[in-house]
Amino acid sequence: MSLLEIKEVSKIYTNHKALDHVSLKVPKGSIYGLLGPNGAGKTSLIRIINQITAPDTGSLYFNGEALSEKHIYKIGYLPEERGLYKKQPVWDQILYFAQLKGLSISEAKQKTLYWLKKFDILSWKQKKVEELSKGMQQKIQFIITVLHEPELLILDEPFSGFDPLNADLIKEEIKGMRARGTTILYSTHRMESVEEICDYICLINKSKKILDGSVKEIKTAGKQHHFELVFEGRLPEWISEPESLSEEEGKTKVVFKAENMDRSEIIKKLANEVNIWSFRELIPSIHQIFIEKVKEAQHA
Amino acid sequence: MHKIWLITKREFLSRVKKKSFIVMTLLGPILIGLFYAIIIGLAINQKTGEKVKKIAVVDKSGLFNGKLNNPSKVEYEFYLEEASKSPDEIFAWLIIPEDFTLDNPKQIVFKSTESITLDLQGRVANSIEASGKNMLLMQKGIRQSFLDSLSMKVNIKTLEIDASGALKSSRAEVNFGLGVIFAFIIYFFIFLYGVQVMRGVMEEKTNRIVEIIVSSVKPFQLMMGKILGIAMVGLTQFLIWVVFTIGITSIVSVFMVGGSTGELQEIANQSQQNAGVSPIMEAILSLNLGFYLVIFVFYFLFGYLLYSSMFAAIGSAVDSESDTQQFMLPVTIPLILSFATSFSILGSDPNGGLASFMSIFPLTSPIIMMVRLPFNPPVWELIASMVVLIATFLVFTWLAGRIYRVGILMTGKKPTYRELFKWMLMK
Repeated sequence: MSLLEIKEVSKIYTNHKALDHVSLKVPKGSIYGLLGPNGAGKTSLIRIINQITAPDTGSLYFNGEALSEKHIYKIGYLPEERGLYKKQPVWDQILYFAQLKGLSISEAKQKTLYWLKKFDILSWKQKKVEELSKGMQQKIQFIITVLHEPELLILDEPFSGFDPLNADLIKEEIKGMRARGTTILYSTHRMESVEEICDYICLINKSKKILDGSVKEIKTAGKQHHFELVFEGRLPEWISEPESLSEEEGKTKVVFKAENMDRSEIIKKLANEVNIWSFRELIPSIHQIFIEKVKEAQHA
Repeated sequence: MHKIWLITKREFLSRVKKKSFIVMTLLGPILIGLFYAIIIGLAINQKTGEKVKKIAVVDKSGLFNGKLNNPSKVEYEFYLEEASKSPDEIFAWLIIPEDFTLDNPKQIVFKSTESITLDLQGRVANSIEASGKNMLLMQKGIRQSFLDSLSMKVNIKTLEIDASGALKSSRAEVNFGLGVIFAFIIYFFIFLYGVQVMRGVMEEKTNRIVEIIVSSVKPFQLMMGKILGIAMVGLTQFLIWVVFTIGITSIVSVFMVGGSTGELQEIANQSQQNAGVSPIMEAILSLNLGFYLVIFVFYFLFGYLLYSSMFAAIGSAVDSESDTQQFMLPVTIPLILSFATSFSILGSDPNGGLASFMSIFPLTSPIIMMVRLPFNPPVWELIASMVVLIATFLVFTWLAGRIYRVGILMTGKKPTYRELFKWMLMK
């Protein structure tokens, strides 16, 4: 069951197309990666999900219902470009944003207390934001995003500007929230980080969706039957067109393509012919798949 | 509505707690009080500062010996001939020539080592003329007791006939003064707080707070909340100023006037009467103050609301303060124009054609209608002006909201007027 469904959404700004018939489904309780280079249309899509702007065409569904104002309270949004009121004390500020997300004062107070304790910054609650370190400001930013316990958490480049320590803290927090049933839409242009935490991804380039699906499926589908073998002995004859060949300390390393066989078949065959030191299938990274797909799209 | 209220509350509280607000709010009335104290001080000093001067009269004609009445601040002493006295003893010598007669008043000499003011010269001449006139009248056979009974003081009271034919006191100066004060307060308020709205919008935009907020509230709610919050700050400051100013000025007058003893007090009272203080009070009280106040608050608020929605739109469209200039100009021109023309309208024809037009045209009406109010503009014009202002406020706020909605999320290049217009039409 998908928590968020986007159907054929398009958005055109004065001079350029930001989104071109984009459709996707975000499964409940997953971490969904929205990937694409800068300017691909990610932020435009996120603003539409947040109802900050309206799509020109297309429709959106939240939990099966047409997306409407009441869903605002069920979404938490950490924008890429984010800020706080510099002169306002931490405590007042968190309460203010919590109330804007529909919490009553007493609920807001109770939850603010919980999170400040959890992140170990309770003693700073009366400080103005400008007096805090950048790391602390980031924690507060995160608290504001999740305080109202949203069903859908939208994080736009959440780790940009976070120091590694805080980034890990937030990463663990995100995984914890997924375990508790929160759905997370994670937008980024840094593909490396995706494989580690995402269950599903969607690739967007130049306002169009290029592909989507579970990370596992995509990587499997992206396999191009490349194998790497390190061995002693003579190169078997059936590896007729090796893509690379090198020798090191008496051992040979070869990368080759074998489209009609799977791993176990190849190993069986090789075991009779050479002395295997290591053997693995080369699975492309999301990054490589992305580049591949973009090229395909350009040629098409 | 709940969200607008939350935003209004935050805008209000965060501003009222600021040091600059507290300082301005307290300093304003103190400055006004100080100003008031200086004016009263000067007035009292002028009256009491002048010492009684002794003037020696050498009357060679023998007509006036002992018969001159002392004018204010002057004491005559009669001498048979000039003598050398220090200026402390005798301030000046008044020499009436031998051949001076009532029919043929020859030139009198008035001399001193000090400089003689025109004012003193006038007072002395008046006293001689008055005494001479009396002598002439007595020569014609009019008795002294009859002359004494002639003294008379004239006091003119101006009345205004209102529409119902009833009479009431009026004073042109009071109407003029009230008009100027109204115009100034509204002008000041719109400018001061309109610019605060603009800065507030820019702060949220440049600090990137806005994207978080508009994911929870509609941009229009955010804009209205901010405008209303700042309006409340302005009203609060204004109210505190009024209360404090009345308090401080009355303390000042009690302290400075009431605290001075005997003669000083008498003089002060006298000077107040001379300056026409009580007739002014009478005139002010005769105006329908409750009615004025209601109308004033109306124009005060709607004038501010109309302009601040435009200021909000400007703030949303630009990234930095320096870029605001270009857009500020067309917004501030009608404001400055109405403030500038208010004086000439008051001075010439407060109910003429230009005044009528400007008090209905919504961008100038908050100032010009308030200026005209003490001069009883026609009721239909007042109603038309208010209706047009409300309608324009609604339209402008809606348009400003459309620019605002797009502007707060746009960064980079400063937009052109053409682009602003496109934003209004954008879905």
